[in-house]
Amino acid sequence: MYTQALNEKAPSRDANAPPEDAKMLARFQAVVDAEDKIEPNDWMPPSYRRTLQRQISQHAHSEVIGMQPEGNWLTRAPSLKRKATLLAKIQDEAGHGLYLYSAAETLGMSREEYYEQLLSGRAKYSSIFNYPTLTWADMGVIGWLVDGAAIMNQIPLCRCSYGPYARAMIRICKEESFHQRQGYEIMVTLSRGSPAQKAMAQEALNRFWWPVLMMFGPSDKESMHSADSTKWKIKRFSNDELRQKFIDATIPQGQHLGLTFPDPNLKFNDATGHWDYGEIDWSEFRRVLAGDGPCNRQRMKARQAAEANGAWVREAARAHAEKRRQRSAAAKIAAE
Amino acid sequence: MTETATPLWEVFIRSRSGLPHKHCGSVHAADATLALQAARDVYTRRGESVSLWVVPSAEIVASDPDDKGELFEPTGTKIYRHPTFYIVPDDVGHM
Repeated sequence: MYTQALNEKAPSRDANAPPEDAKMLARFQAVVDAEDKIEPNDWMPPSYRRTLQRQISQHAHSEVIGMQPEGNWLTRAPSLKRKATLLAKIQDEAGHGLYLYSAAETLGMSREEYYEQLLSGRAKYSSIFNYPTLTWADMGVIGWLVDGAAIMNQIPLCRCSYGPYARAMIRICKEESFHQRQGYEIMVTLSRGSPAQKAMAQEALNRFWWPVLMMFGPSDKESMHSADSTKWKIKRFSNDELRQKFIDATIPQGQHLGLTFPDPNLKFNDATGHWDYGEIDWSEFRRVLAGDGPCNRQRMKARQAAEANGAWVREAARAHAEKRRQRSAAAKIAAE
Repeated sequence: MTETATPLWEVFIRSRSGLPHKHCGSVHAADATLALQAARDVYTRRGESVSLWVVPSAEIVASDPDDKGELFEPTGTKIYRHPTFYIVPDDVGHM
């Protein structure tokens, strides 16, 4: 998930690039059509490579930035159990970011270049992480809904045509299930607790519901999401299809909690067998994605500071490795 | 970015004793010790491993996918290398 910006515009095509070799292209498409995988050194159309570089790195950036809203509650988790769980979940997010950077690097761009794109603000990450986490209940809602939406989006990506991305997604999906279940457990506990706790759960759901629905990206009517991504078997379901699946799965879970959803138009449609829902405020979505959400600046600043403050550690590790290398080389010469 | 790039290492995991090490991804680290620690943190958070290998990515020699045909197709025609190529009379039983 977390690749909404992809829907904004298709990757720019280099007008001066030589035309893609028709024969190679046909062979490539045949592999994809046969549900076979494309691997790092295989020939691929430059636009396929660019799309994946963007998509996988945006996904990685989202995992990394996604640690911040949860990190906010680490020292204030209500029990040791919740704190251990939250810490494990945040470590998983870091791990997911690293699996994905590792997959993205196989496309011929370095880790440093991807980092640079994030830190300079050129690369996007999911809009959802630009919302603040104001109460403990937000940890429940994020696990239940944000990770729930992520799973909905990520499961089809396990079958993506690019091998390293598909393999990373399989690992991620396995771990993501823990995230969703621990979040829902927090919601169950709060909604069966005191009236104040239940109110806190409801308030968190009210704040996050619409931003979570935006995670699936613009509606199909507006989405410029490429026919290419579908043809290449990177994207298998449209934004609206995934959003509908998510809503259908989530409403009964919310009802079980005894909570309500902040959408007066939410109604089960007997004819379609799906939940109808109200219009999403797309102007908010565009604003947050463009950098003007409640926490965009804070998130970027924290990420830039982490990178800058870690520079001396990386430098020291490299100096140490170099010293060891020189010493062992000198010892070898002395022994000869 | 003026910083020197941190070397890349490929990570291989043995999930249970008796099984071979299997490639699972990569990490960046200044040296082998740090690479092993990073691999442990990134790829073995849920008991996935009883043994880890890290190998400098630059040291791996790989076949060229363009040579796939030349390298591997000749074995496709050598069906006589498989036991099912040979007919054993039914009454001989399992062999």
